Amino acid sequence: MSASHVSAEPKALRPTFMARAMGHRSLVLGGLLTLLLLAAAGLSFLWTPYSPYEMNIPSRLLPPGPQHWLGTDAFGRDVASLLLVGARASILVGVIAVGIGLSIGTALGLLAAARRGWTEELIMRLSDFSFAFPAILLAIMMTAVFGAGIVNAIIAIGIYNIPTFARITRASANAIWAREFVMAAQACGKGRFSITVEHVLPNIASVLIVQATIRFAIAILAEAALSYLGLGTQPPQPSWGRMLSEAQTLMFQAPLLAVFPGLAIAFAVLGLNLMGDGLRDLLDPRLARKR
Amino acid sequence: MSLFLFKRFITLLVTLAGASVVIFLVLEILPGDAAQILMGPDASPEAVTALAQKLGIDRPAPERYWTWVTGLLQGDLGLSYAYSTPVVELVLERLAVTFPLALMAMSLTTVLAISAGIYAASRHNKLGDIGLMGLTQAGIAVPNFWFAILLILLFAVHLKWFAAGGFPGWEDGWAEGVQALILPAISLAVVQAAILARITRSAVLDVLREDFVRTARAKGLSQRATLWGHVLRNALIPVITVMGLQFAELLAGTIVVENVFYLPGLGRLIFQSISNRDVIVVRNCVMLLAALVVIVNFFVDVLYAVIDPRVKASDI
Repeated sequence: MSASHVSAEPKALRPTFMARAMGHRSLVLGGLLTLLLLAAAGLSFLWTPYSPYEMNIPSRLLPPGPQHWLGTDAFGRDVASLLLVGARASILVGVIAVGIGLSIGTALGLLAAARRGWTEELIMRLSDFSFAFPAILLAIMMTAVFGAGIVNAIIAIGIYNIPTFARITRASANAIWAREFVMAAQACGKGRFSITVEHVLPNIASVLIVQATIRFAIAILAEAALSYLGLGTQPPQPSWGRMLSEAQTLMFQAPLLAVFPGLAIAFAVLGLNLMGDGLRDLLDPRLARKR
Repeated sequence: MSLFLFKRFITLLVTLAGASVVIFLVLEILPGDAAQILMGPDASPEAVTALAQKLGIDRPAPERYWTWVTGLLQGDLGLSYAYSTPVVELVLERLAVTFPLALMAMSLTTVLAISAGIYAASRHNKLGDIGLMGLTQAGIAVPNFWFAILLILLFAVHLKWFAAGGFPGWEDGWAEGVQALILPAISLAVVQAAILARITRSAVLDVLREDFVRTARAKGLSQRATLWGHVLRNALIPVITVMGLQFAELLAGTIVVENVFYLPGLGRLIFQSISNRDVIVVRNCVMLLAALVVIVNFFVDVLYAVIDPRVKASDI
């Protein structure tokens, strides 16, 4: 029996990644909720029941009904339309803020693992130090300097993500650097940069994907909190956080206004968290066993 | 132990010094002239210059930084531009709300999370465990300020058990003050407790698989005695680490939740100061919050070493 035959047999018996993914309940549920979030944002570019920017004072504070499925707000705007367009802000902030954290944090983490010594020490101490500034505190400082707005919110959340990605990348990359195939590559004369790009990065990609999903959820929560405080998305652009802040002043007249945007945030975050957990189970079975 | 403490203490000092530099640098490029904003757009340039001189904001940045840091060490935080009162008085007044709120929320988080985590671990993969973990997954997804609004809707709008917001102060007795902080503390605690409960469960399950637990059970100890006598102490290490990190989130959360409940705490002071361009108050409040996070994490490190002697051995 040839070696290739021996290795081919268990491979054929092993279920494919897709089959395992479809059998993972929380991954499927999380994936569906995330798909719903993306679909809502995508749909809002093509169609919304009403214009989310058009005020209609005679129709203000209508309860949910056939005309306005989720009712109207204090300015007579359709809540369902506002929610659909509001999904865009959440996704935009999530994608860019995670992108900032992922690109800079991963680069720093890879550099720390490749160089070791004082470079690693410096990067890790800087990342320890940045834990003193939660995203909201960073955003407050940014707002004090540059004023409120979605761009500053994105930058603040992005900066907040950098040390997390740096730490995770460095820890995972250090483990890869200790593996035999990396030592073999070094013995063959490969440089640290080539080894990082060709061997280390592909081997830690799954950890980074899982972390990116979880940080996406955290970014959505942070954006909502900042918009609620008036530091994030600015009017007239709809945002779930600001919808909640506006609804709070009308809690006695229209309590439902404070329910729908919160549900939207919670389902979006739940979906991403479940997807992150599911991906972790599938991509890193050692961690899954520990949970 | 003393070397371990010394090293941690030096790290604490370096981190605090670094934080003060970052905060000063970031807030020094604040757009707009504080003196001009305070005096209004119609003020004469002479009047603006005079106020800038009086407040000391016309001096070079390194000099102002040095004055600020030495003042901080002596408990002198300077004078608020907007309120014309010492910043230390403003901060202490607001801390009388934020500190008890953070303390109540952290206590509630600990009690809820540790009991839920232990319960779930002791019923691993049974209905209680699955139900609780489902609840924690939902808890993590809920934004604390939305949960706060839901609590107001239920307990203030419908049941009328609590006020929808505001703070009566501590002068009329502590009971009314505590009552005003109950809903904010619950809204802060629930989300953090959900995260900590999952960590506790996972840590307890990890320790339950250890050989010494099997030995304890084999020598005849009951499950309860094993859990309380052997498992918990060992499971506490990751739990305490996460609690230290959660404290930062909790403080950040108080900024948001204070705004939901209109509590006159540090968070609201920061917001009022941003709109007033009161840089000196913003700078000191942010420094205070960052310092609290760093100091709490220092104590977590120390506690870590007390619980697990291997930590300090490996550190040295």
